[in-house]
Amino acid sequence: MTRRVAVTGIGVVAPGGIGADAFWDLLANGRTATRGITFFDPAGLRSRIAAECDFDPVAAGLSEEQIQRCDRYIQFALVAGEEAVRDAGLDLTRVNPWRVAVSLGTAVGGTTRLESDYVLVSHHGERWEVDHERARPHLERAFTPSTLASTVAERFGARGPVQTVSTGCTSGLDAVGYALYTVQEGRADICIAGASDSPISPITMACFDAIKATSPNNDDPEHASRPFDNDRDGFVMGEGGAVLVLEELEHARARGARVYCELSGYATFGNAYHMTGLTSEGVEMARAIEQALDHARLDGSAIDYVNAHGSGTRQNDRHETAAVKRALGHHAYETPMSSIKSMVGHSLGAIGAIEVAACVLAMAHQVVPPTANYETPDPECDLDYVPRVARERRLDAVLSVGSGFGGFQSAVILTRPRERSS
Amino acid sequence: MSAPGTRRAVVTGIGVVAPNGTTAETFWKATQEGVTVLDRITREGCGQLPLKVAGQVPSFDASAVIEERILVQTDRFTHFALAAADEALQDARLGRADTEGAPFSAGVVTAAGSGGGEFGQRELQKLWGKGSRYVGPWQSIAWFYAASTGQISIRRGFKGPCSVVAADEAGGLDALAHAARAVARGTDVLVAGSTEAPLAPYSMVCQLGYGELSPVTDPQRAYRPFTGDASGFVPAEGGAMLVVEDERAARARGVPVRAVIAGHAATFTGAGRWELSRQGLAEAIRGALAQAGCAPEEVDVVFADALGTPQADRAEALAIADALGAHGRQVPVTAPKTGIGRAYCAAPVLDAAAAVLALEHGLIPPTPNVADICHDLDLVTGRARPAPVRTALVLSRGLMGSNSALVLRHGV
Repeated sequence: MTRRVAVTGIGVVAPGGIGADAFWDLLANGRTATRGITFFDPAGLRSRIAAECDFDPVAAGLSEEQIQRCDRYIQFALVAGEEAVRDAGLDLTRVNPWRVAVSLGTAVGGTTRLESDYVLVSHHGERWEVDHERARPHLERAFTPSTLASTVAERFGARGPVQTVSTGCTSGLDAVGYALYTVQEGRADICIAGASDSPISPITMACFDAIKATSPNNDDPEHASRPFDNDRDGFVMGEGGAVLVLEELEHARARGARVYCELSGYATFGNAYHMTGLTSEGVEMARAIEQALDHARLDGSAIDYVNAHGSGTRQNDRHETAAVKRALGHHAYETPMSSIKSMVGHSLGAIGAIEVAACVLAMAHQVVPPTANYETPDPECDLDYVPRVARERRLDAVLSVGSGFGGFQSAVILTRPRERSS
Repeated sequence: MSAPGTRRAVVTGIGVVAPNGTTAETFWKATQEGVTVLDRITREGCGQLPLKVAGQVPSFDASAVIEERILVQTDRFTHFALAAADEALQDARLGRADTEGAPFSAGVVTAAGSGGGEFGQRELQKLWGKGSRYVGPWQSIAWFYAASTGQISIRRGFKGPCSVVAADEAGGLDALAHAARAVARGTDVLVAGSTEAPLAPYSMVCQLGYGELSPVTDPQRAYRPFTGDASGFVPAEGGAMLVVEDERAARARGVPVRAVIAGHAATFTGAGRWELSRQGLAEAIRGALAQAGCAPEEVDVVFADALGTPQADRAEALAIADALGAHGRQVPVTAPKTGIGRAYCAAPVLDAAAAVLALEHGLIPPTPNVADICHDLDLVTGRARPAPVRTALVLSRGLMGSNSALVLRHGV
């Protein structure tokens, strides 16, 4: 009999508010959290806007030691993890630690810290030789992104398989997908899963400037992230993290836990086409959707909502529209599909997990979050993008898709708990 | 790595770019001869750093194997990955014609510990030395941890599952396990492994905080695990890629099955908490053997993690004894990485490659630079030891606290 995997806890650190409640309030009201960059002086950059988190680690409950040792993206994961475990009502001292796993994604890991120390040791990029004595403590923790999963595992006493997943912008979906495999295939009963990134730094902004992937709409930051809108001109950088508690369904039921929904399907494929380019047909993303449906033992017609990658670049939104139509056929036209990146920006590896959290909350509230800023249709994007206003709807099965550098295409499916044959 | 009657993952090809050899053949020759190549670091800009010894890949001409268009958009770690993947696929006799009819059945899994550090340092220097508009268009795809998986997928037309474990050392074995599980779920073939290039000046600075790094500056004495002189580890660059394939697909193609990936398990016991790694590693060994359906006495060789600090070495020796019982004191144990250094995630993949070659040649490679063992282990030192090797156990632990064990078995 196939093991089933329940979502029993959610934690979110997102632009616009810390915590799952604040996050859902932003989405349900269609507010945007994009603004001019305040973290550093962005003068000289093409894109000077971002969705920043107003995150105070002390107020969020972190200790002085945690703040000293952990990069911002790890702080997000710790805070989201605390919220998720608390939300799940899980006393981790009462479970077998060897059966607790961690699977967390990040695209750029400790880059922000790596950059700030680079500036010190290189005397502002003066020379190739670097002055190691100027490096600050704990730099080695920024060097390898496995620090992310390791730190969270130590905090929660996990002794099972612990891994950091880094597949660029699909990292969040993939980390959740690997967590599904880990629990479903019996390597753990509980998996703390999610993703985190804090990429709003000069080097990351500059490298997306260089390929004109980010929006230059600096005069109107609140309306700059415009997925599927005909006037879209690139994505708006974001940051944040989300963590879910995933649990084998019978394990969750045995302890009387609230089950938000089931994580029931996942698949990922590559387009083998281009590191940053996408074909117009969307064949590979469609394939990921189809295989995730197979994994969930669902027909495409069962999908009630598509949480889009919807980055707001010209090519992504057309690619994705084509992929969803290819996978769901005529049903795509009857299915709402929205992008929360219109509100919280694109936090690279984190966003996939933040979007899965949005899907869990959408099912809990039976409300589809909108695509903010959507006004002018693009003739090539002709689905129902839920313009600006959230919508009540019966949601039994929800699909979240992601697409990223390297050509990776991933899909995750969540369903309301149901009896099904194995 | 699957239940009876289901799909079995096997190794059909090996590609290596290592400090002691830039092909699988030269790597194996140097490894079984116990050649040591640890040396003073000669990389530009590293001279003034307190870290003096490393395993460097000395004579790798990326332009001989990778076209200019791709060279300029990739870091050294991806150059190693593309070269090793090409060799592994050629070794497995897997050409374009074999996968282009079913591109979704061919995938890529890599483990990466530090990404494209040299490329990243160059672009950081442009940004902070000259200005943001000098940052090139390739930074976004060269530096990130997924660069090698993406580039291999595109180069070979592989559209199957593409994964990246951003990991500490043990992640190299986890990547091989990911590939084996993808085979069990239905993918026919994957390129899987890890390559690292952590020896650019700023990358070296980032590693200086590792308390386990050896401060010894004599290359022959810097990395001597399991001895009374154990003073830490020496970093290295390079790595290996394996072709991991469904056994039936391999047999249908008529290629030799080099080894079966029979079992894997991973645990976590906390960064730097080496005493606890005793239990974590023992649990991982037990889990991997159970999955392989393999009794402890059937293990013919152990490729040790061999971190090289007294505490970590003791924990590993005890873990082997805990998990293998009396057999733990008799089974030959080896750590060929003492001749080339630890290439982070790539280190256990190089060990897995050596283990497959040991199965094939009936020869256990030695542990260079090491003598006078102070633990109750039969460590193979001096010269390679001929032995019928049918089952190999490969161990790895990461500086961030992961423990991993992989069981490889003879293919027939």
